[in-house]
Amino acid sequence: MSATSGGDNAGIRFLPAGDTALVVEFGDRIDRALSERVLRLGERIRESALAGVTETVATFRSLLVHYDPLVTGAAAVKEHIADLLDDRAGGPRPRRLFRVPACYDQACAPDLDEVATRAGMSRAEVIEAHCGQDYHVYSIGFLPGYAYMGDVVPALALPRRTDPRVRVPAGSVAIAAGMTGIYPIESPGGWHLIGATAIRLFDPDWPQPSLFRPGDAVRFVPISREDYDRARAAMATEPLQPEASP
Amino acid sequence: MIAGFKVIAPGLFTTIQDRGRRGYQNIGVPVSGALDRIALTLANGLAGNGADAPALEMLVQGPTLEVVAASVRVAVVGTESVTIAGEASRTVPAGRSLLLMRGERISFGAFTGLGAYLAVEGGFAVQPVLGSAATYVRNRIGGIEGRTLQVGDVLAVHAEAAAERAEVSLASALEPGFDRPIRVVLGPQDNHFTEAAIEIFLSEPFVISRQADRMGFRLEGPKLTHRGDSNIVSDGIVAGAVQVPGSGQPIVLLADAQTAGGYPKIATVISADIPLLVRRSPGRAVRFAAVTVEEAEGLRRAQEVELASALGDLHPVEDGPVLSHEALHSANLVGGVASATEHD
Repeated sequence: MSATSGGDNAGIRFLPAGDTALVVEFGDRIDRALSERVLRLGERIRESALAGVTETVATFRSLLVHYDPLVTGAAAVKEHIADLLDDRAGGPRPRRLFRVPACYDQACAPDLDEVATRAGMSRAEVIEAHCGQDYHVYSIGFLPGYAYMGDVVPALALPRRTDPRVRVPAGSVAIAAGMTGIYPIESPGGWHLIGATAIRLFDPDWPQPSLFRPGDAVRFVPISREDYDRARAAMATEPLQPEASP
Repeated sequence: MIAGFKVIAPGLFTTIQDRGRRGYQNIGVPVSGALDRIALTLANGLAGNGADAPALEMLVQGPTLEVVAASVRVAVVGTESVTIAGEASRTVPAGRSLLLMRGERISFGAFTGLGAYLAVEGGFAVQPVLGSAATYVRNRIGGIEGRTLQVGDVLAVHAEAAAERAEVSLASALEPGFDRPIRVVLGPQDNHFTEAAIEIFLSEPFVISRQADRMGFRLEGPKLTHRGDSNIVSDGIVAGAVQVPGSGQPIVLLADAQTAGGYPKIATVISADIPLLVRRSPGRAVRFAAVTVEEAEGLRRAQEVELASALGDLHPVEDGPVLSHEALHSANLVGGVASATEHD
């Protein structure tokens, strides 16, 4: 019926989260391979449409499965998930790739100098490092549409600021704790601000309200201050279009 | 002219809420919705609505609203009484439906607990956002422009006049249950705490601090000591999660909480008892007691049965059926009704 021991499924733990959700935990660290397993299980649960399972939330190393206790119960949900964890052919997952134009001009990047100093790099090297790879969207949280993307290169993996800002402008491109992110709206924030983008991250009127979803790939593309200002002035309401990842 | 209510005074934190916004937590959108699901359901039931109709959640201090329709039928649950000012000023107990006429103003004395719910027949006419009318203030989603009420707002309703029917009341008042223990299921990260911390959590009283809002209630009490690191790799959050940051003081996360967080969660308040917790205002005590997941699910199911039976057992209000002026005239009863109320 279920095969939850051995192989790929070793170390999976079901943890209680009250009577309306349970956690399926794949590990205790931030890890691309764990994330892929979290995302695959989320996909399978969605496809299987188990009665009473209302939604799933992907985080770095676990999946939170919400259920309606008036329709089902933790025991039934666990049994169902155990079946879905059976190793089935899991080919490479198709990924969407977003190329996000970002301005690293001094005025857009209040923390870039400090980050460069702490990383022992020049400003140009920080920008090159930040733009030099595709990031993986592990999870979306903190704010609607706020994607936790990683992993940034080790030299840029600084802890959060010790003095969080009360107001971080919408569109700020930031790094902290090995991740990079973009603030969808103005909000308090403790990450280091190294750039800015004019793209919109979240709009409840879009068919998919969040531009990104867990599992997407994101690459930052440096643009000039002029291009950034032009894009801001244009105030595009349509979401940025992705391309298929190679 | 929009039929509904004009906001004369907004109250402290008054928002449109329903049962919440589901299906978007994976993209960081909290469920929101009424903190007290039971009070919302009862208010809606009294007003003749389904459980999910948009209603007003009024926290700490209620608003003053003026009727700008021929008539509206409202029901308030979560406090003892409401005050109506107008041609026939009166104080009416909560927990019943109530007909208000154009120009009358409804206001609220001190709430029994943290807040109360006002439902209107047909529900408030609010454009749903992501499938729900619930207000999420932090991201300005839902309700009235995604915010709390302001002076001058007009809260639209669906009909220019209330339906003609008798008023009804709950068979018994909603018990605030201030002394009842709040039941929890331990976990998901109870293993991040010392055994002593778990024992303290389940035996000592905590007090709701002033930092209590729709995102969560911070509690004050004996320090809960972590076993090792007080940070974890951020994981998903459910309403009722009791997270404990490095300070050792627990925070119960509620409807507007972030969808994920990086502090260990010692326990989760069971869904049946979240309404019990959120009725308590800052300064009130909370004691926790552990149950199993299966017990918690059973308690929730039993609670829903009770709730359905309370809604199936609404009593007619003794002040008699509401008759339209037309009906009164045609039955030649206008004088009779008036004199009947003047006698005794």
